[in-house]
Amino acid sequence: MNMQPQSDPQVLTTRDGTPLKVSLAKALRREKLRSLALIAPLLIFILVTFAAPIADMLFRSVENGIVENTLPKTVNALSDWDVTSSQLPGEPVYKALYEDLKVATEEKTHTRLGSRLNYEASGMSSLFRKTGRRIKRMDEAGPFAEQFIDIDKDWGDLATWRLLKRYAPKYTPGYFLNAADAQLTADGIAMKPANERIYLLLFARTLFLSLTITLCCLLLGYPIAFLLASLPLRSANLLMILVLLPFWTSLLVRTSAWKVLLQQEGVINDFLVWIGVIGDASRLVMINNKTGTIIAMTHILLPFMILPLFSVMKTISPTYVRAAKSLGATDWTAFWRVYFPQTVPGIGAGAILVFILAIGYYITPELVGGTDGIFISNRIAYHISSSLNWGLAAALGVILLGAVLLLFYVYDKIVGIDNVKLG
Amino acid sequence: MSALPAYASTGQRAWHYSFRIICGLIFFFLIFPILVILPLSFNAQNFFTFTPQMLALDPAGYSLKHYEDFFTNPDWQQALRNSFAIAPVATLLATSFGTLAAIGLSQSHVPYRSAIMAILISPMIVPLIISAAGMYFFYSRIGLQGTYVGVVLAHAALGTPFVIITVTATLVGFDRSLVRAAASLGANPVTTFFKVQMPLIIPGVVSGALFAFITSFDEVVVVLFLGSAGQKTLPWQMFTGLREQISPTILAVASLMVAISIILLTVLELLRRRSERLRGLTPS
Repeated sequence: MNMQPQSDPQVLTTRDGTPLKVSLAKALRREKLRSLALIAPLLIFILVTFAAPIADMLFRSVENGIVENTLPKTVNALSDWDVTSSQLPGEPVYKALYEDLKVATEEKTHTRLGSRLNYEASGMSSLFRKTGRRIKRMDEAGPFAEQFIDIDKDWGDLATWRLLKRYAPKYTPGYFLNAADAQLTADGIAMKPANERIYLLLFARTLFLSLTITLCCLLLGYPIAFLLASLPLRSANLLMILVLLPFWTSLLVRTSAWKVLLQQEGVINDFLVWIGVIGDASRLVMINNKTGTIIAMTHILLPFMILPLFSVMKTISPTYVRAAKSLGATDWTAFWRVYFPQTVPGIGAGAILVFILAIGYYITPELVGGTDGIFISNRIAYHISSSLNWGLAAALGVILLGAVLLLFYVYDKIVGIDNVKLG
Repeated sequence: MSALPAYASTGQRAWHYSFRIICGLIFFFLIFPILVILPLSFNAQNFFTFTPQMLALDPAGYSLKHYEDFFTNPDWQQALRNSFAIAPVATLLATSFGTLAAIGLSQSHVPYRSAIMAILISPMIVPLIISAAGMYFFYSRIGLQGTYVGVVLAHAALGTPFVIITVTATLVGFDRSLVRAAASLGANPVTTFFKVQMPLIIPGVVSGALFAFITSFDEVVVVLFLGSAGQKTLPWQMFTGLREQISPTILAVASLMVAISIILLTVLELLRRRSERLRGLTPS
């Protein structure tokens, strides 16, 4: 085929006659597709193995299908009942409850519903167990309301029905409210009684301990980074090994080392007794409390502070400080007014990095934190493996994740996600 | 800072030396806990502290019995085997996917580059306990909870960000005209990749793989939730040991792991130097 490229002299064409623009766009598209094809396997892999689990957790933190799945007829019958009324629901609701519970006891799902509702009001678990045991002996002809109230007077209590009605929808903010020490009541959202509030305190403690650890890391890390940046390269590299070795050593190795050192019969206490600073009877309690968590985690996270600080300080030219001194500044003024402001990006990067890592820590607080040195993550683990309240674990996880992502956004603005350096 | 000038005043001298002492103390804080477990692991008693005999340097105070216990105890041996069954496979997955993706990401025109990067890096950012919780919920839905495959997939996902970061860093110094030169000489893309690009980025790939390996080898939170007794790894065994304070065998294991860290650190440093030499940069 003979192409006629000279149709419009204004348009540049390639040799086969396609306009240059089209040809270039095609090449660009091909290049884009090729790069996407290279990325696709990993992207799919991460979406399936990692992003989907996180999405599942978000879903679980609000999901509440259990009430409707276990008691479908009751939920339906309850829809006409007004929560604010002072009247118990009518006979049809009790009849529906009877039919639902009969099925549920056969499938043994009523106990699970009981434990789910028990998170919201204590006593629900035993109510459902008790009713489940007696349901076979009930008279199928009715009247159901009286029989239920006869089994347990809680069925004649407005609060029980209000609770059922409140948690009937498929999605609930209940877990999040629980995570914030609040609950849904007939009058809307209210704080829990003071003696049942634990999570706000735990969040506050997690923040406080993480901040303390970040501050300790900054105080210890700044002089080291400064020294490393000002020494000649050869000796700085040698000393850098002392920073990198802990960085590369297993987390569990370092935690076990602190466990050995800090115990009451441990190396530090033995040494202090031996030099006579403290008496044998008054050995310091440094583990299984806040002190243990702070010391061990400061040690574990210190390299994450030193490395970003060092990389910023290395780029600061020594001529600025020399210029300041030649203009008559004292050593302190030259440091504080000239050198220090230039290290602020490094401080920001290191501090956010340490803080992000600290607030999600689990292993070290679990091993050396005792009861008052634990973090919100330990509570999440507890709800997953011991109390089996997965919804609450998910809600606490979502709140923690939100905090970390927010901080990471700030980190990205200051440092840039591409500038994350390793070792 | 490095050297004190001859005209320094007494105050400057005093500060200079006290600053050095402070730094020395901080270095001591960093390194002492790791060094202290080495002699303690040779303790002849079942204590976590120095016995009077050890302090007197009496040979009777030292023994290899904790190491012997590690190498003969079936629990620890099983844990060691499990760790070596999981980590290499997870590393292989993470490295192959990660290297391909890093090459893709380093092309000049990648649509939605920052969004993709954010997703791929996310396993490194999300706190481990949250990853563990999410994976536990999701993997139990699809029947992977408590299986070898589940643990390997999870560890591979956690390791990929490190591979991406290290390989991307080596690709920054990669001269793209080399690829074009290869193509102009008639090499197809696959040949170009293996003969031209791969030899140049191999240090980045290997150090990424080392990071992925150590991530899996050290990981305890995710395996604690996702694994069943059959996937009990070395860190898991250490975690239980520490919680219950069973025996100082933990210290022997810890010492061996410190030795492994030192080897890894040396390998990484050598790789870094080689990479810089290959890229024509002077080693720093």
